[in-house]
Amino acid sequence: MGSALRASLALLLFASALPADARVQIEHWMTQTGVRVYFVETHALPLVDVSVEFAAGGAHDPRERAGLGRLTLDLLRGGSARYSEADIDRRIADAGAQLRDSFDLDRAGFALRTLSSEAERRSAVDTLADILQAPRFPAEIFEREKARAIAGAAEAETQPDHVAEKRLYELMYPTHPYGVTATPATLATITREDVERHYRDHYGSGGAAVAIVGDLSIDAAKALAEQLTARLAQGAAVALPAPQPPAPGKIVRVGHPSTQSHVLLGEAALARDDPDFFPLVVGNYVLGGGGFVSRLMIEVRSKHGLAYSVYSYFYPYAQLGPFQVGLQTRRDQANEALKRVQDVIGEFVARGPTEAELKAAKKSLVGGFPLRIDTNRKLLEQLAVIGFYKLPLDWLETYPARVQAVTLDQVRVAFARRVAPEKLAVVIVGASD
Amino acid sequence: MVSPQAALVLVTLALVPAAQAETREFTLANGLRLIVKEDHRAPTVVQQVWYRAGSMDEAPGATGVAHVLEHMMFKGTRRVGPEEFSRLVAQAGGRDNAFTSTDFTVYHEQVHRDRLPFVMRLEADRMANLSIRPEEFAKEIKVVMEERRLSTEDQPRALLDETLLAAAFSAHPYKWPTIGWMADLENMTWKDAQAWYRDWYAPNNATIVVVGDVDPGQVVAWAKRYYGPLARKAIPARKPQSEPEQRGMRRVVLKAPAELPYVRFAYKAPALRDTGKDWEPFAIAVLVKILGGYDAARLNQILVRERRIATSAGAEYELISRGPGVVFLNAAAAQGHTAAEIESALREIVAQIAAQGVTAEELQRAKVQLLAQLAYRRDSFFAQAMELGELASTGLSIRDADRIPEQFKEISAEQVRSAAAKYLVDDLLSVAVLDPQPLSRGATARSGAH
Repeated sequence: MGSALRASLALLLFASALPADARVQIEHWMTQTGVRVYFVETHALPLVDVSVEFAAGGAHDPRERAGLGRLTLDLLRGGSARYSEADIDRRIADAGAQLRDSFDLDRAGFALRTLSSEAERRSAVDTLADILQAPRFPAEIFEREKARAIAGAAEAETQPDHVAEKRLYELMYPTHPYGVTATPATLATITREDVERHYRDHYGSGGAAVAIVGDLSIDAAKALAEQLTARLAQGAAVALPAPQPPAPGKIVRVGHPSTQSHVLLGEAALARDDPDFFPLVVGNYVLGGGGFVSRLMIEVRSKHGLAYSVYSYFYPYAQLGPFQVGLQTRRDQANEALKRVQDVIGEFVARGPTEAELKAAKKSLVGGFPLRIDTNRKLLEQLAVIGFYKLPLDWLETYPARVQAVTLDQVRVAFARRVAPEKLAVVIVGASD
Repeated sequence: MVSPQAALVLVTLALVPAAQAETREFTLANGLRLIVKEDHRAPTVVQQVWYRAGSMDEAPGATGVAHVLEHMMFKGTRRVGPEEFSRLVAQAGGRDNAFTSTDFTVYHEQVHRDRLPFVMRLEADRMANLSIRPEEFAKEIKVVMEERRLSTEDQPRALLDETLLAAAFSAHPYKWPTIGWMADLENMTWKDAQAWYRDWYAPNNATIVVVGDVDPGQVVAWAKRYYGPLARKAIPARKPQSEPEQRGMRRVVLKAPAELPYVRFAYKAPALRDTGKDWEPFAIAVLVKILGGYDAARLNQILVRERRIATSAGAEYELISRGPGVVFLNAAAAQGHTAAEIESALREIVAQIAAQGVTAEELQRAKVQLLAQLAYRRDSFFAQAMELGELASTGLSIRDADRIPEQFKEISAEQVRSAAAKYLVDDLLSVAVLDPQPLSRGATARSGAH
């Protein structure tokens, strides 16, 4: 009975070919000020999603003023040439639109979702255009937001997950701007003039990219992109330095009264335009990326019940982004859990995946590809990455084939080259003594 | 400049009416409900299996068992081994997961349309054939305890929420956390999980929702093939466990490691029961948007921006729930300000609405936001399935997905004022205050070589 069901399940799996209907037609052009634009026209829903991102992420903060970039992004909504802070919020709300900010170490920007109907779209886009190109940074709002940022940083420093991540980044990037996290002390040094200067230096057209998905013609998309970028200062983006090669990994234990230890491991490993991108992504699916079926999940959670969440991922940035592994476990189990994770990583880096594991990873990543682009919002996020990092226009179209082409040898070689177990930094917050 | 009125009309005309025209509902002979919505924007499909069994169906001493069983549902059947369910879905290019709430337990898969019959077959198998192996239970209950530590024990604001609900409800099961009290998890056995599965997992206590690139006739045929043979069961009687009327304010304090004092309010309120007749739940949803729906809404505008006594402020309300409704307000104190200041300011803002009402502009803006949010669900198959599954499993109709926007449009400023005056009153209020404590154990770092 059991084997009969399994056999027929297997038949169902092979019943249809790989999905071939995941094609996306991307239009690409430059605005008058030299901003890259990526557009997918789709009229299935009366919506327009648009994102504008700048090379103004956290890595562009001066070390002693860490937090400046995040604060600058927040203050863009604090008032513009034409609109007060409350006007901005009300105009977005009145149009039924949603305006969300996005911020990581490389990128800072906004994603706007609006109805495609003329009046609503115009009102929402007008507001975003003024926020981006004519911010005023009113002094009293600067003071208020700075105080809020300091309070938020002080609160974060009481939370074990934040403390662990901050320490890990310091260890992975001892001299590189990716390693810097805002604290109440760094935020306290920031002046309004710093914010104005940060905006001038980092919100120019040079490193910017616009992504648009939705119910509008290409002419309307071109006009929209011009409206959002025509008044930006022109000039090249500020480039980030390359991180130094990782030093032998340190292990850092930080006291905390939490019931769990937060255990993180990491190492600078992967950049966006990296030849090892596909071997590492496919390999990591087997190691700790593949949800409930990864080696780390099976070993730490399923077999030993040591953690609810255990994962590994590569976060590719413009420069080498982190390979990170993490879990949380009852504090007296931290050493055991760490040992198991290190053994799994060591074994994987030494020998790579099995043939069966590689095949399974590819089937999941290739077969699951349509799920990465099945909403306008997901498609917008993909376009934003393609645009910001100047990936080729056929990036999405060729993704399944490039996953499929990865070999066992490529995974082994890439992991051996990029993930040196002895160089992984380790942080345990809430360690038992 | 577009007027709120114009925007409201356009949002409504553009997106909301007849949104459910392509939705169909079926009931199989064994009582299983099936809801199918066609949407051909992408070659994918979502299946959600909604069991009408959540933590509100548990008993004291065994809190958390609904959620523990959800974990055990991935541990194999008589035919499929432990963890194999997720492995098979992943092999099919799919994503799967599940969640448990006070009201339901929901399992879901997102796959390419060709794989739908495969995941229907897998769900049908574990609807009837789950194996709860004691050795698997022993490991998984530890995982759930780790989940509780992660999501609650070490999260002061989550712990405060748990403390607040325990004070606000005296009889209704909303008083205990869905993840369960730690002591109940420590004393739970595999037999508790098995009893839960035996009681509630049956086709006549489940609703299957399928949204995506499908042919409804074909989906019905598959449902009959895979779910049709499962036997109907007698479902235990559900005792109402109604909450007695609250007569006077309640207050609790929680001490936990944190920086800022934090205040959370819970007001007892009605939830939606009859979409055609009820107006109060709609008025309350509009009121909550006016209080906390956007950055210049009253709570944030007054507490954070004008008076600067808070660093954040918000309001929440679920229109749809099996149990009683609750309006939550929250705010974190700014440095140098106290929980007491925050608390009195929150009550003052609410009292002002009860006395003086809301402006026409605020009313329209709240409606636009509510309608736009409903409309934006159409971008996601998953969000559309959530909406339908929740309506069906709460005892409302899937046709209410079309009626709810219409009801929002009818709400007047006077109805909003009167809902505030009736429900956001001190006698129905429970207050929880987070009293921040320093990190007592030395937070010093030690480092060394590997």
